[in-house]
Amino acid sequence: MKYAFRRLSALLLTMLIVSLCTFAAFSGISGSAAEARLGTQATPERVAALREELGLNRPFAVRYAEWLSGFATGNLGDSLTYRQNVGELLRDKVLVSLLLSGMSFALIVLCSIPLSLLVVRWAGTSLDVAHTLWNQFCMSVPPFFTGLLLSWVFGVALHWFTPGAFPGLSRTGEALHFLLFPAVAIAIPRIAMTVRMLRGTLLRELNRDYVRTAISRGSDRNSVLRRHVLKNALTPAVAFLAQMMAEIVAGVIVVEQVFGIPGLGRMLVVSISNRDYPVVQAIVVILAFWVVASNTAADLINVRIDPRLALRDE
Amino acid sequence: MNAPLLTIADLRVRFHNRDHDAVAGVSLSIGQGEIVGLVGESGSGKTVTAMSVAGLLPRKRCDYSGTILLDGVELLHADRRILRGIQGRSIGVVFQDPLSCMDPLMKVGAQVEETLLLHTDLSKAERRQMALEALAAVELPNPERVYNSWPHELSGGMRQRACIAAAVVIRPALLLLDEPTTALDVTVQAQILELLKKLNRESGISMLFISHNLGVVRKLCTRAAVMQNGVIVEEGDTERVFRHPRHAYTRRLIDAIPTRDGRRESA
Repeated sequence: MKYAFRRLSALLLTMLIVSLCTFAAFSGISGSAAEARLGTQATPERVAALREELGLNRPFAVRYAEWLSGFATGNLGDSLTYRQNVGELLRDKVLVSLLLSGMSFALIVLCSIPLSLLVVRWAGTSLDVAHTLWNQFCMSVPPFFTGLLLSWVFGVALHWFTPGAFPGLSRTGEALHFLLFPAVAIAIPRIAMTVRMLRGTLLRELNRDYVRTAISRGSDRNSVLRRHVLKNALTPAVAFLAQMMAEIVAGVIVVEQVFGIPGLGRMLVVSISNRDYPVVQAIVVILAFWVVASNTAADLINVRIDPRLALRDE
Repeated sequence: MNAPLLTIADLRVRFHNRDHDAVAGVSLSIGQGEIVGLVGESGSGKTVTAMSVAGLLPRKRCDYSGTILLDGVELLHADRRILRGIQGRSIGVVFQDPLSCMDPLMKVGAQVEETLLLHTDLSKAERRQMALEALAAVELPNPERVYNSWPHELSGGMRQRACIAAAVVIRPALLLLDEPTTALDVTVQAQILELLKKLNRESGISMLFISHNLGVVRKLCTRAAVMQNGVIVEEGDTERVFRHPRHAYTRRLIDAIPTRDGRRESA
């Protein structure tokens, strides 16, 4: 439990630093937020008045504290483009992107574990070579390309879904159906990476001395895998999958563009081009939290699997 | 002496990536309740001999011939499925490094019970009872606590005792010990040797003890075989081999034993 406490405090500290850096960077640029909003009608008097209205004249620390508490209260200021509260603006988009990431993640886990167990059986055969080539190919196909291909094949040609017409979260079944295609586009190269990683880990574990001990007791290959190797391969796999979460976020940003999904990634791109700094800085912090939280979750899961980890960094 | 428990006849093993035999015609037998030492430096083929008996030869990566009979059953060419029924059940193995040989993510108790799980229909409670008895038999203090420990929570000597418990819990006829004391410090080494003697005395289990150290073999074994370059160069009663070595290599091994006053122990 001491370990969990340490990990969670590290999470909080990291997020504090990330949010501080983000806020400092954006208050550097967005000193001109008032000018940006007024555009061609910006006169020094109107800018000064608006700065006062937006509260930009108050000390940095006060504005930072207010903004930070906004992540708890939902009051993150107003979007400059949409004149709407950032929290309200982002709520549905966070859910859409979370759903898309979750589906991609589930696909990665569900496909790569059985595939890697299959591929491990092929080690040293000619199938192994064929698999490696195929794996390299899958790894190098960028999600936007797969996305376009899937849109064309399943959307335009087969009419399984209508590209660009996301049905909205209220129609859950249809939304899940729609999101399956972008999720596949995101997952394919990551499945290839995960299979490669798991194959290496499983083969390394299969060569360990404890496997020889298990065989000397009369275990067959399957029970060695089931009883010993899988558990030992699990901790590196969990850590790897947590890093994969950051990869998925990057994939989500691109693929939301391709499929026209109103998610966080699309919002980020639009807001950057509109110089809508309150929205951009909120999204940056949300994405950072996403990545840091997955890594913390991985650490907490792994210490339950391998109690030695808690001792290691004492 | 009645029929030996284990008979190795003209065993030859050559790994595909080597140009000489790892084992080049070894014949050796172990009687019921006997402790035989197999001595030699690394690369002499002693471990390969033991692994052949244990069914741990990588069959696809080597050529092998000869016969290994355990209680009349041929092991060297046996079908994998038949072999699995004998591994652990009739032959227990204890390896050199007790840390790497234990699954780091499985509690000690579960590892001690593994042969019971594989070879018997005992219930969970019965397996646990037998594991606790085995842990007590290898003189581990507080078997209950050891049973619920992780391998990394035990000391090296305790771990090796737990490995011995795991190998003998099902009471196999033969125990193969591959340098079981090499990774341990000297006082622990002496305790483990005493323990092995006790197990042999009380349960009559036969042992093949592999070591590079003739001094250790002398303390434990009734008979000793000296291996060099894949063949047995000398074999006989341990004391005879020790006092009247016939082969120059045996003499060199005896000279290599460290003694208290730094001189060679007088014959």
